[in-house]
Amino acid sequence: MTEGDGSTRPGVKRKSGGSADERLAGAGLFVRLLRRPESGVVCGLIATAVIFALLPGASSLYSLQGSMTFLTLAAELGILAAAVALLIIAGEFDLSIGSMIGFAGIVIGLSVTYLGFPLWGAVGLAFATAIVVGYLNGLVTVKTRLPSFIVTLASLFILRGLSIGITRAVTGRTQIPYILDNVPDPWTATLFNGHVATSLFQLMGDWGWIAVKSDGTPFVPGIPMSIVWWIGITAVASWVLVQTRFGNWIYASGGDPVVARNVGVPVARVKITLFVATACAATLLATIQVMEAGSADTVRGSLKEFEAIIAVVIGGVLLTGGYGTIYGAALGALIFGLVQMGIFYTGIDTDWFKVFLGIVILIAVLVNNYTRAKALGERQAS
Amino acid sequence: MSPTPAIELEHVGKRFGSVIALRDIDMKVHPGEVHCLLGDNGAGKSTLIKILSGVYRPNSGRILVAGHEVEFRSPRDAAEYGVATVFQDLGLIPLMSISRNFFLGREPVKGIFPFRRFDKERADAIARQAMADVGIEVRDPAQAVGTLSGGERQSVAIARAIHFGAKVLILDEPTSALGVHQAAMVLKFIIEARLRGLAVIFITHNIRHAYPVGDVFTLLNRGASQGTYRKSEITRDEVLSIMSGGEDMAAVERGLERLLASTP
Repeated sequence: MTEGDGSTRPGVKRKSGGSADERLAGAGLFVRLLRRPESGVVCGLIATAVIFALLPGASSLYSLQGSMTFLTLAAELGILAAAVALLIIAGEFDLSIGSMIGFAGIVIGLSVTYLGFPLWGAVGLAFATAIVVGYLNGLVTVKTRLPSFIVTLASLFILRGLSIGITRAVTGRTQIPYILDNVPDPWTATLFNGHVATSLFQLMGDWGWIAVKSDGTPFVPGIPMSIVWWIGITAVASWVLVQTRFGNWIYASGGDPVVARNVGVPVARVKITLFVATACAATLLATIQVMEAGSADTVRGSLKEFEAIIAVVIGGVLLTGGYGTIYGAALGALIFGLVQMGIFYTGIDTDWFKVFLGIVILIAVLVNNYTRAKALGERQAS
Repeated sequence: MSPTPAIELEHVGKRFGSVIALRDIDMKVHPGEVHCLLGDNGAGKSTLIKILSGVYRPNSGRILVAGHEVEFRSPRDAAEYGVATVFQDLGLIPLMSISRNFFLGREPVKGIFPFRRFDKERADAIARQAMADVGIEVRDPAQAVGTLSGGERQSVAIARAIHFGAKVLILDEPTSALGVHQAAMVLKFIIEARLRGLAVIFITHNIRHAYPVGDVFTLLNRGASQGTYRKSEITRDEVLSIMSGGEDMAAVERGLERLLASTP
């Protein structure tokens, strides 16, 4: 059954082939769903969710509070994963985003505490910095034709070094505390660390649907802004990838840059733009973290570059470029958050999380190769 | 036959350093005509099509399109003049869908900025129609090009060239990597293109593919033209004989026969 489905080509038939028609119609919905790049991650998510539901601690994990916690973790990673997915589909890597998170936090912290910037100005400056960093990453990659892996590995160290060096030179320490204490525009912070639907949650608390503290306010005051940003960015990135001309160019740049260039796709511009996007996503996450913690730390964001790549790969994006979806990457981030919190709630030693990650990466890549072969109707497989 | 050729080469020559790749090539291709460019490996076929398609510039001679002298600076430039080349890589990306490949770099858009988007419905409809015009019916234009057979991929590339206004269609060895059935399919596309009034330049070293569809044959050997013949003026065997260097081949055959006779 699967053999036959894989080798027939449901889309194309020759004009004369009348009888082949009915036979192909059966290849329908199920196979087409399986061929979607996200099919692996959806199965993975269901399996993970079921496994944790059967383990002890499930009631805490799937409680409102537990769900919000793992969704927030997923959101923070998912913001990165959306931009990283676009870049990987375009055939490049950005290893510098983890360092960019630390660096952007420092830019916000120093410009508020030492330069007296209002919060919005500091955030604006951080994004301007991100645009420059992303542009340079992209420009160097495109001009030198070096692998972006190497170019952004260099920026990983340069940015982390700059963060620590500058902060220590200015403050004598590696952390910048009390950033939000005397800002003229505290409302700017609520854009990043506030909650939405607070009155709804209060109502649900009043009705006794959700747990409330002794003062009557619910434990979960609303949906955190990080989740709102995650959903928004995922929707925009997916729209760009699937619906726009630029999205077509992203797929083409990763699929075959030479062919893309020959038919007139501005491959260099596409790639540089996406390096700017990953740096900006890192800065958005840095802003959220600074607003939540009220402080900046030079080591923040370490290893986030790899976590984002993992989420994207789990989500069915090919590491070699040219194939994948943003929703897959979002689901990859969701699995990541679910497992991280699930291991915590079930009381398994969290050291095992990394073992799990390693195994999952391997499985995900194998599944991806398989789905790619399916997408190509097994014509190019084996 | 219209009196003005769609594309014309006059005394075109090309050197790479001291190597003369092409010398003094004359060629006229009329609309609605299939002009086969035949020659063995190293005869200069690739150099000639790279000149025709704007990849190389000739050292001498001139190129005329519809009677006007032109200079191609790039393949895009040549395409602007209606000279479209389907190279062997076909300019297609296997993991992308038929309609996305079809419009890659020239996507139709709808809506206003910042909500301007790829007009997928229109792209699908046009791609489907253009493919139907060359005789391939596409059910699902969202299907990846990588799932198509070699002949079907050729048809996407050819249909795209025709759709985007090619007057002269250059096909670089379109049948060489294909089986018998698939090759026959591509030959059918060539005839379709010819019926639509295109001037087709068909490069091949396979006379069995060239002879049934060709109207005119230009034979290349060692960078020089061995003559241009209309189909009525020449038989398949004569073409073969000239292609392989005529006398040279006869000498090789005599040598082989002697060798065979001397072995017990």
